[in-house]
Amino acid sequence: MKIHEYQAKEVLRKFGVVTPRGIPCFTVDEAVRAAQELGGKTWVVKAQIHAGGRGKGGGVKLAKSVEEVRQHASQILGMQLKTPQTGPQGQKVRRLFIEEGASIRKEYYVGMVVDRGSQRVVLMASSEGGMDIEEVAARTPEKIHKAAIDPFAGLTDRDAEDIALKIGLPEKAVREARDLFKNLYRAFDETDASLAEINPLILTTDDKVVALDAKLNFDDSALFRHPDIVAMRDLDEEDPAEIEASKHDLSYIQLDGDIGCLVNGAGLAMATMDIIKLYGGSPANFLDVGGGASTEKVTEAFKIMLKNPKLKAILVNIFGGIMKCDVIAAGVVVAAREVKLRVPLIVRLEGTNVDLGKKLLAESGLPIISGSNMADAAQKVVAAVSGKQ
Amino acid sequence: MSILINKDTRVITQGITGKTGQFHTKMGKEYANGRNCYVAGVTPRKGGQSFEEIPIYETVRDAKQATGANVSVIYVPPPYAAAAIDEAVDAELDLVICITEGIPVRDMIRTRRKMQGRSTLLVGPNCPGVITPDEIKIGIMPGHIHKKGPVGVVSRSGTLTYEAVGQLMEVGLGQSSCVGIGGDPVNGLKHIDVMRMFNDDPRTEAVVMVGEIGGSNEEECARWVKDNMKKPVVGFIAGLTAPPGKRMGHAGAIISGGKGTASEKIAVMEECGIKVTRNPAEMGKLLKSVLR
Repeated sequence: MKIHEYQAKEVLRKFGVVTPRGIPCFTVDEAVRAAQELGGKTWVVKAQIHAGGRGKGGGVKLAKSVEEVRQHASQILGMQLKTPQTGPQGQKVRRLFIEEGASIRKEYYVGMVVDRGSQRVVLMASSEGGMDIEEVAARTPEKIHKAAIDPFAGLTDRDAEDIALKIGLPEKAVREARDLFKNLYRAFDETDASLAEINPLILTTDDKVVALDAKLNFDDSALFRHPDIVAMRDLDEEDPAEIEASKHDLSYIQLDGDIGCLVNGAGLAMATMDIIKLYGGSPANFLDVGGGASTEKVTEAFKIMLKNPKLKAILVNIFGGIMKCDVIAAGVVVAAREVKLRVPLIVRLEGTNVDLGKKLLAESGLPIISGSNMADAAQKVVAAVSGKQ
Repeated sequence: MSILINKDTRVITQGITGKTGQFHTKMGKEYANGRNCYVAGVTPRKGGQSFEEIPIYETVRDAKQATGANVSVIYVPPPYAAAAIDEAVDAELDLVICITEGIPVRDMIRTRRKMQGRSTLLVGPNCPGVITPDEIKIGIMPGHIHKKGPVGVVSRSGTLTYEAVGQLMEVGLGQSSCVGIGGDPVNGLKHIDVMRMFNDDPRTEAVVMVGEIGGSNEEECARWVKDNMKKPVVGFIAGLTAPPGKRMGHAGAIISGGKGTASEKIAVMEECGIKVTRNPAEMGKLLKSVLR
């Protein structure tokens, strides 16, 4: 789960991470009042969307007067902000964050992720702040410094200070940086985060170490023990089809193509997308109905796929293990009737109770095309879409 | 021979009184030598009861002492599953197979840390389990699609493993053992660990390696295969069409920072002498073509 920058900073401040003072706003008037309340001579008006790269798209602006805060706020609020991470359609800005201006001496990068290799949380830092870290990793990997963190010892003083020195922080700022890194790890660990990024971390002109930006993602599997974090979820930032799917415990991701896929199991679902592409088609979605699909779940899955205006055909690919083929077949029949299917439907069933499942489909009287195996089914669905049946 | 488990394995089901634990214990017991293999269950506060004539104990230690069991399978719900693994490790079982999906990564990081220097092996979590056909089935895979034979199967996915097995059967090939290592980022045995075991297993003549996007376990395994493997290996990697930054169901199946793509994995595997098919319907055929 993702949250906004201002929310991430709120979480991090609770753990003692130093950030600039700021106030989240939903209207231009609120933004003006926020600037007045914060005081000072400069402010930063920041669009709050989940995607990164906001500055490049014109979503982060410096204001030197309250009047400029008003101007920037009215410009950014409601805009369709396009960044490299939003895709070409952009994301509508509904929230702003007004922050006091900072006097920056130098920018750095700090991140934390779960590293599969070491099976631990890893602290990553670089002298190349404000840059796209993936670019730094590709071009100058020697400028990224890492420390794997023992879950029982936590981030040690020594590792934290070592990283601070390696990225070139001056001697007198090392202790502050060390404390910030340690607090960041405590925040990461205690909130079940899956990713933390401070980009940039800044050294101010008076040698303070401050998190100027903040990004936090959380492990979906651990949300059950963090109701306070779940409360920060912003559904406006998520794909409506994916939200609907998650309500029914379906794993759905919308793609650009026109062939809908309904599959049990994530690996087989990806393989189904791949084989459609291999035979010249284009998948409309990833959809894993999971291990225990009921008729209701299959019906919901059909409804979600059919909301996609691009959809031209559906391929159901089921290898029944725990899930019995006859249960899936019954679900497909009910769903196809209930949603008044308007596109060709190709079904491939294999595994437990396969014969019973096939019989149910054949006797349904519905125009369901049967695939004898994965390749046959994929070829048939691609042919159906290109009208060469 | 086989790897990890065989007809002499004695199994404890942790979480035997839950719906999933009951169902799959029953299925496991009905498969091949299962009647002799499934010897105990564990559910706290239900010790002294029994399920399908299998005695239930309070702790893994008690169950091991009473029955001599050396392997456990876990169907405990996600919030308690990591603690269940810890318990099996503390009881010094040889192998723990954790089926549970959705264990918080933070819990698994701690569990893996506790396992350092311990002898217990872990398969999973979030995996279909392990089967040695016609001997023993531990996990949620459909037993009837398998048959004893010369091919080892190792995979990160569940149903895609069944697909590989189904295709092997179509070309008339049985399996020595099939291991689903699971789709989580922090887990037990990796491709490389299972590959070493297949290399050392005299009954395994060739291996199907099924991978997916995310991480670099397939690449590490491929490099090991290049230098050490005495048997042919074929592969398939799911997710050539997966967009970056989107999590494809499995917690570990995500392309991040341009790393962990299917094409990258395929390239490394091919460099290391592994034949890789782009067509998930041709895993069986490809394996047959390399079998000596």
